[in-house]
Amino acid sequence: MKPVLEIENLRVGFPDGTAAVRGVSLRVGRGETHCLVGESGCGKSVTALAAMNLLPRGATRSADVMRFHDEDLTRLSERQTSRLRGARMAMIFQEPMTSLNPAYTIGSQMTEVFQRHRHATRAQGMDRAAELLERVGITAPGMRLAQYPHQLSGGLRQRTMIAMALMCDPELLIADEPTTALDVTVQAQILRLLQTLQRELGLAVLLITHDLGIVARMAQRVSVMYAGQVVESGSAADLFGAPTHPYTRGLLACIPIPGKTPRDQPLGSIPGSVPKTGAEFAGCAFRDRCTYATADCAGTIPHRTVATDHRTLCTMVPA
Amino acid sequence: MKRFSTLFGMTIVGAVVLIALCADFLAPHDPFAQDLMARMIPPSWMESGSPLHLFGTDQLGRDYLSRLMYGARISVLIGVLTVVTSGLIGTALGVTGGYFGGRVDDIVMFAITCRLAIPLILVALTVVALIGSSLTVVVMTLGLLLWERFAVVARTTTMQVRNIDYVAAARAAGASTPHILLREILPNILSHLIVIATLEMALAILLEAALSFLGLGVPPPLPSWGLMIAEAKDYMFFSPWVIMVPGVALFVLVLGINLLGDGLRDFLGVSQRR
Amino acid sequence: MRGIGAAPYAGSMLTFLFRRLVLAALVCLTVLVVAFALTRLSGDLAVSMAGPNGTAEDVAIIRKNYGLDRPLPVQFLDWAVNAASGDLGRSYLYRAPVSGLIAERLPITFCLGLTGLTIALLTAIPLGIVSAMKEGTLLDRGIGLIALIGQAMPSFWLGLVLVIWFGLKLQWLPISGTETWDGYIMPGIVLAFSAIPALLRLTRAGMIEALASDYIRTARANGLSVASIVLKHALRNAAMPVVSVAAVQLGFMLGGSIVIETVFALHGVGYLAWESINKNDFPVVQAVVLLLAMIYIGLTLAADMMNAVLDPRLRAG
Repeated sequence: MKPVLEIENLRVGFPDGTAAVRGVSLRVGRGETHCLVGESGCGKSVTALAAMNLLPRGATRSADVMRFHDEDLTRLSERQTSRLRGARMAMIFQEPMTSLNPAYTIGSQMTEVFQRHRHATRAQGMDRAAELLERVGITAPGMRLAQYPHQLSGGLRQRTMIAMALMCDPELLIADEPTTALDVTVQAQILRLLQTLQRELGLAVLLITHDLGIVARMAQRVSVMYAGQVVESGSAADLFGAPTHPYTRGLLACIPIPGKTPRDQPLGSIPGSVPKTGAEFAGCAFRDRCTYATADCAGTIPHRTVATDHRTLCTMVPA
Repeated sequence: MKRFSTLFGMTIVGAVVLIALCADFLAPHDPFAQDLMARMIPPSWMESGSPLHLFGTDQLGRDYLSRLMYGARISVLIGVLTVVTSGLIGTALGVTGGYFGGRVDDIVMFAITCRLAIPLILVALTVVALIGSSLTVVVMTLGLLLWERFAVVARTTTMQVRNIDYVAAARAAGASTPHILLREILPNILSHLIVIATLEMALAILLEAALSFLGLGVPPPLPSWGLMIAEAKDYMFFSPWVIMVPGVALFVLVLGINLLGDGLRDFLGVSQRR
Repeated sequence: MRGIGAAPYAGSMLTFLFRRLVLAALVCLTVLVVAFALTRLSGDLAVSMAGPNGTAEDVAIIRKNYGLDRPLPVQFLDWAVNAASGDLGRSYLYRAPVSGLIAERLPITFCLGLTGLTIALLTAIPLGIVSAMKEGTLLDRGIGLIALIGQAMPSFWLGLVLVIWFGLKLQWLPISGTETWDGYIMPGIVLAFSAIPALLRLTRAGMIEALASDYIRTARANGLSVASIVLKHALRNAAMPVVSVAAVQLGFMLGGSIVIETVFALHGVGYLAWESINKNDFPVVQAVVLLLAMIYIGLTLAADMMNAVLDPRLRAG
């Protein structure tokens, strides 16, 4: 089946010379949740922003393939991508408290998206907004529509953001750390909501997170990013069951698994820090922190296939 | 670009200050000497200009360049003295309000609001009209009126500095209040005050020129640039250069001070937002 | 400049407004005292009024006629009570009630101030927006230079230069008077020049902040048009400090119109004040000082209310 979003060899550079994304490839299929996981600053949000053409000014972007369905995203103008954004591909962000415009009501902000892409009337937009607010589990949507963002709690605002993203029935939803800023109980509710919506609407979801607990719970496919590269990707089962890259294994050692991790066993941690990667950086970026590093790790490392759809970027796996 | 404009501002201000200090040696003529035979001579680059008078002469035959040089002295004097006066008043009020807070701060805020409500030029004109025009009166009047921006900035920055660790530590260690204010607070807010000082200096110079233009600033025959424009006004329709020469001088000096202030703002790391 | 008593206090909008009103009344009272003190403490009013040729007898008569022989507090109370009831005294020069003199001339000054503010806003806001959108580019720096030039321009001199150029050389506009509407254009431009730098910088700073905000990222992620993103979503949030400062600037403009009205010979309140200062007609001067102060206070109050309308967070309790 053709993927909804397909990216091959994406590169993003910033004016200060850092290469934030260095050759990332990923695919998100219909009805699938693809988790992009990694530490902050590893380039996962930049990857998503690049796909949406929302990179900050001055950033450069190039890719062998960057396709949304049949649209070649590398060739579309800003005006053309803006017609896709909010209509067929939508995005929600980490900061629900600040992601809504404080000066306008919820209803007016949601309606504007609908009117922009569907050429509908304001009344139709309001109906649609009310329908979706109800859908994301907000009671009394009629009242909420007339309220301003500051009158809503963080959880409600993130639900509103989700509802707003769904206004025009998008095929792809990119969620950038959607629950990080929320309380634990609210987190669980939002994640459950995302799961339900995805199942019912057949959404393709690209979920960006640093939380492996969320990955374990949500993902069908996982890509682990480190220093601007996908170091390992595969199905959730493969990745959790048979991680091959030392970084993936290190990450997994950092989370306690109830019932499995013995009480007195210390949690893992990865010593060292992420190197600054410029455009000329070669070899494995993890090698300075890796206990298995050899001389080969400083050379160019091609992707190795571990199993069907399970690829890794480590010299330990035989080519 | 930014460095260029700062350098440009520095050059202008430096040159004007130098001219103001050395006007006695630099001026080619006596700025007060009238020569009724040589009235309204245009600048030397214009038709029928004279090489003796680079910028021409005024309606009484006084050499424009010499008057301009002595006028620089008045502008610089007014700028510096006004800023010193208003800076002292404003900083004292602002630091007091910001440091003590509460009722004291309410009073300081009230004073600032009242000052802003008082129409600046009108009150300055009235005071000068009542007391009589002289350099001292203009400096005192402007000094007593232009303190509010110093107060606003000193107040907010003091509030920020007050809670920084080492100031809090000095307080906890029992340092006396004057010691804290002068040794801990003042050095820390000084960079902000310097930036405001440049802005206020530019404003004071413009205001003096406006007052003198309206006939209630520096009294004639002193060569204040504003006064020169006022005296030349009646002749400007026939020979526009008579108002151009002092006007451009005033504009360039104020622009220079502002450019320098902008440069200092960046150099001292003072944020743009007031 | 924003934040001088304009910061929203905790509590409901009504309490906030009430506190602002009390503050405004107190400021008015203080200005009343200052305006009074101004003309009484800086010299003997009767001597000033008698003029250089006045004899001691003249001074004594004036002192008696205008009640200047009474104790100062009595004079003040008398004046303040009358002022509060709308009676601002009589002009020595025109031998007419001051309130009438001012009422006749106020429309001209208001027209001038509003023309100036309109020109300033129509220039500063678009330039500020463009500057913010092109932050760091040559265009941005060029616009910054405009602000610096505006700040350094002596307004009375600019007025004269415009008169020479547009009035005399090109003969596009009248050089003085307000018989026709185009008489307001040149003085309006000159007045606007003084307000443009502050408004432009504020618009730019506000727009830069707004354009970098999360809600603008949301708007872009939702594919909204550039026009809507900039003009509807960003500008609305950047506008609040601009409104406050625009009100303050209008106050300053009305106060500063004394210079411009003199240059262009517009017979507004500023011209009246200048005339009165020169002729020692102090009841008029006092009244104009008071009036301008009250207008300023009224404008800041109006700006606070405008902000409450613009910002729903201030509106709700």
